[in-house]
Amino acid sequence: MLFTMHATIMIFFVIIPILAGGFGNYLIPLMIGAEDMAFPRLNMCSYWFMWPAFGCMILSFFMPGHGPGAGWTSYPPLSVLLSSAPGSGNAQTLWTLGMIFIGVASMMGSLNYMTTIIQMRAPGMHMFRMPMTVWGMFITAIMQAFALPVLTAALLMQLSDRVLLTGFFLPEAIAANNASPASGGGQPLLWQHLFWFYSHPAVYIMILPAMGMVSDMLSCFSRKPLFGYRPMVYSITAIAGLGFIVWGHHMFISGMNQILAVSFMVSTMLIALPSGIKVFNWIGTMYGGRLHLTTPMLFSIGFVSMFIIGGLSGIVMAAPPVDIMIHDTYYIVAHLHYVLFGSSILGVMGAIYFWFPKMFGRMMNDSLGKLHFLLTFVFLNGTFYPMHLLGAKGFPRRYADPYQLEGMLELLPMNQFMTYCAIGMGAAQLIFLVNFVGSMFVGPKADRNPWNSNSLEWSAPSPPGHGNFDFQPIVYRGPYEYSHPDTETDHFPQIVAEATDMKNVEVNA
Amino acid sequence: MPESYSNAGNTIDYLFNGLHLLSALILVGTMLAIGWIVWKFDESREQAQHIHHNTRLELVWSIIPCIILVFIAFYQMNSWAENKMNRPTIEVGGQTIPKPPLVLVKAKQFGWEFHYAGEDDRIQTQDDVYIENELVVPVGQDVVLQLESYDVIHSFSVVELRLKQDIVPGMIQFAWFNATREGEMEIACAELCGWGHYKMTARMRIVSQSEFDNWLSRVTREYSPNFGSDDGTP
Repeated sequence: MLFTMHATIMIFFVIIPILAGGFGNYLIPLMIGAEDMAFPRLNMCSYWFMWPAFGCMILSFFMPGHGPGAGWTSYPPLSVLLSSAPGSGNAQTLWTLGMIFIGVASMMGSLNYMTTIIQMRAPGMHMFRMPMTVWGMFITAIMQAFALPVLTAALLMQLSDRVLLTGFFLPEAIAANNASPASGGGQPLLWQHLFWFYSHPAVYIMILPAMGMVSDMLSCFSRKPLFGYRPMVYSITAIAGLGFIVWGHHMFISGMNQILAVSFMVSTMLIALPSGIKVFNWIGTMYGGRLHLTTPMLFSIGFVSMFIIGGLSGIVMAAPPVDIMIHDTYYIVAHLHYVLFGSSILGVMGAIYFWFPKMFGRMMNDSLGKLHFLLTFVFLNGTFYPMHLLGAKGFPRRYADPYQLEGMLELLPMNQFMTYCAIGMGAAQLIFLVNFVGSMFVGPKADRNPWNSNSLEWSAPSPPGHGNFDFQPIVYRGPYEYSHPDTETDHFPQIVAEATDMKNVEVNA
Repeated sequence: MPESYSNAGNTIDYLFNGLHLLSALILVGTMLAIGWIVWKFDESREQAQHIHHNTRLELVWSIIPCIILVFIAFYQMNSWAENKMNRPTIEVGGQTIPKPPLVLVKAKQFGWEFHYAGEDDRIQTQDDVYIENELVVPVGQDVVLQLESYDVIHSFSVVELRLKQDIVPGMIQFAWFNATREGEMEIACAELCGWGHYKMTARMRIVSQSEFDNWLSRVTREYSPNFGSDDGTP
């Protein structure tokens, strides 16, 4: 069941670790002026919990059934009955174990982020002088800390249903393949509620850090202060808060109380509001700027455009009557890929181009980067846009052979087109790989602040040594004072006390 | 979209198209704005503006979307209620009661059973007749289905009727529709239910009332326990 593993691996083992694990651990101390994370041992522990998780997931492929058979959402009874699908033996158990390990690892990481951000800011770094990247990571960590225990507990319940023969999620009097479960009296919908209570916030966990990074890049390359910094902070907080009360929109037709669906619909509609405010603020940031169309800037603009498409299709399917029709069709698949690939991954790519000089002390090739952006952008739309059209025709997701439905046969050419685009998109990533590995060794040397950016990490050496800073950073202002009227240069770093001190900084750097 | 076979389905299409029209307007507007900004404010400009915010503008772009979203939220509630909350009713002896189901749909890996009431006009009794993988219903009537599952979660989905309802084992769900035209279509399972999920299809025929009555009396006769025995000549 490859789609189960694709979803699980991409969500839990690629996007969340890269955004939170990689960028979080690297950027948070640098951007708030700390020498390291608050709890290095906890961090190590979190890292070593990831490997058993990887091990379980990979082993799961080699078990009978070649991977779990219940989808990444793992709805019982399909995921609990040992005889219900080819992969529902050890493969499913290993999947559950892997998810528990990765959940514990993320949990420890999120505690560390919160503590670091609250306790270890450099002198002068008020909460409202933190870059949006740090805000994104901070809110994400809070969401993880509140939502993950629920998923972990639910996974333990599912595990115990599987191996200890309890009956949390198994109703009475059912049987699959002539085998009935040892126990009953449970409720399958309970799992869906617990699962989505984590997995909807997980959607925001996957995008808030990217939103923060894109805000920083847009401001830097527009050479203009971020438009509406405080509303931006408030809106990610609102997204996080509302994100906890919208999970039911995954369950409109699940058989839960239909009146409850109405309240979930209203909260889901409302969450579009802070998202919209962020989009307008990003556009407002670019307006009146002096745009440098570097590779990270292109990826950031790509992020904003794809996020608009993903957000609008989100409003369409938040309408429950419309959801009756498009639920479990490719429309959903299109929406989630616009948000997760079109937005999160483009944001991550941009961030890699942006912070690469800081990480390795060398620049990445800009022309190759632009080519990579262009191909990725075109092919991603070629792959995911037609999915909306398929979904509108009722094309179901999670079908091994959708053409069993006669009505779907006419959609075959469109699917073939999408396959070619997906292959193209995969091939385009080779350019990135070559650029990344090549630039590590032969890229031109980067100085401390190659982008003339304001935030703290750019005053540390590239790459920063142990302890990050070779001086004690003191923060005098917010990170977005670009094109300040008092300065001669178009940036005004956070560590510089007065506009007249700018010359010394240039010399020191 | 495939053609809709019911009025409730038409409303859903209307909402679907309306929301897409609105989305398209917003999409085109924002894309044009981004395109224009990228073209206009390039590196050749002398100096970027130093603005942090504009409270009036921000209020405008917060309040207007808020009004639109709340409007959408309330506007669609009737359609939701029509599809999922207000089950059709009938009058019995001066009392209004929910309409009893015409068919009991039982889902299993990987097929559908359709149980019709036998001579006593009630489902879930001894004389029920059931057939597999073909559902026949009359046109122009409120049809109520009772949905149950033998094993895992399935989902009863008919695209043409804009009808989809998950079937959770251990729970009893109801779904209803009122088809406006006769026709033939496919029933699909829309919730991953195992390796054969993609094959879990059935035919659905919407026929006239008289044709339905004939069909039902024929299958009742053929499938009744007495069929072919001494006293029950077909």
